[in-house]
Amino acid sequence: MALDASFVGRAFPASGPYHVTREKVREFADAIGATDHPDEVAPPTFPIVITLPAGRVIIDDLGIEYSRVVHGDQRFAYTRPVVAGDVLSCVCTVEEMMARGGNDFVTTRADLTDAHGAPVVSVWTRLVVRGAP
Amino acid sequence: MTLLPGQELPAQTYRVTRADLVRYADASGDDNPIHLSDQVAHSVGLPGVIAHGMLTMALAGRALATWAGRADGVIEFGVRFTRPVVVPDGDTGAEVVVAGAVRTVVDGAAQVELTVTCGGEKVLAQARATLKPVPTGEHR
Repeated sequence: MALDASFVGRAFPASGPYHVTREKVREFADAIGATDHPDEVAPPTFPIVITLPAGRVIIDDLGIEYSRVVHGDQRFAYTRPVVAGDVLSCVCTVEEMMARGGNDFVTTRADLTDAHGAPVVSVWTRLVVRGAP
Repeated sequence: MTLLPGQELPAQTYRVTRADLVRYADASGDDNPIHLSDQVAHSVGLPGVIAHGMLTMALAGRALATWAGRADGVIEFGVRFTRPVVVPDGDTGAEVVVAGAVRTVVDGAAQVELTVTCGGEKVLAQARATLKPVPTGEHR
């Protein structure tokens, strides 16, 4: 399947604001078994809670069937930790698209900023879209 | 905890059961049924229900927090998902082992390379993190 390469560089409208609560941090930490984790600071992979739905919008816009999507790579680069009380906005950009070996690869970058517009964390997700068998 | 170049970090072992996958699906919002239903997993060619890749990465993140000695010590963290963690039904589930070694330390920030395995096979590749083991604020 050929994906629409004109999506590269496109930034999607900001989602959120997402309110980071102690309860949500606690729920996430408990779900990963980190019961000793303090509920003021989000675990390092917590932003996926915000970026996953934002990324799904892109997948839908690209016309990709979700059942053919496999998570390839994931990376987080922090300016500062996410803490309870943060109000975060998320802007997603399609950073790279390529076809190789019958599969398509889509890399998105989500930039999370706080209520003052200051950067908090950037989140890269590389999805593999498996070609039709 | 001071991290030194070349230092081997104590391996951490985490058990993942199907109940954990249900909890993680709820908490993360990733409700893909390949993490919940054997029938769906089989239909896409998997041997059975697999763990969310992001749960495996989160377990590696727990190891990073343990090694750093603080919950907010991760500056950068990246992985490639190479092999699924198959989670059998029952209380035993699957066991994920997270090992690591410090490659370099620059301005107090330790570059850690992680080795994450399940049943002796690597499930992540290019798993790397940068940790700030000392209180932040003294650099930039």
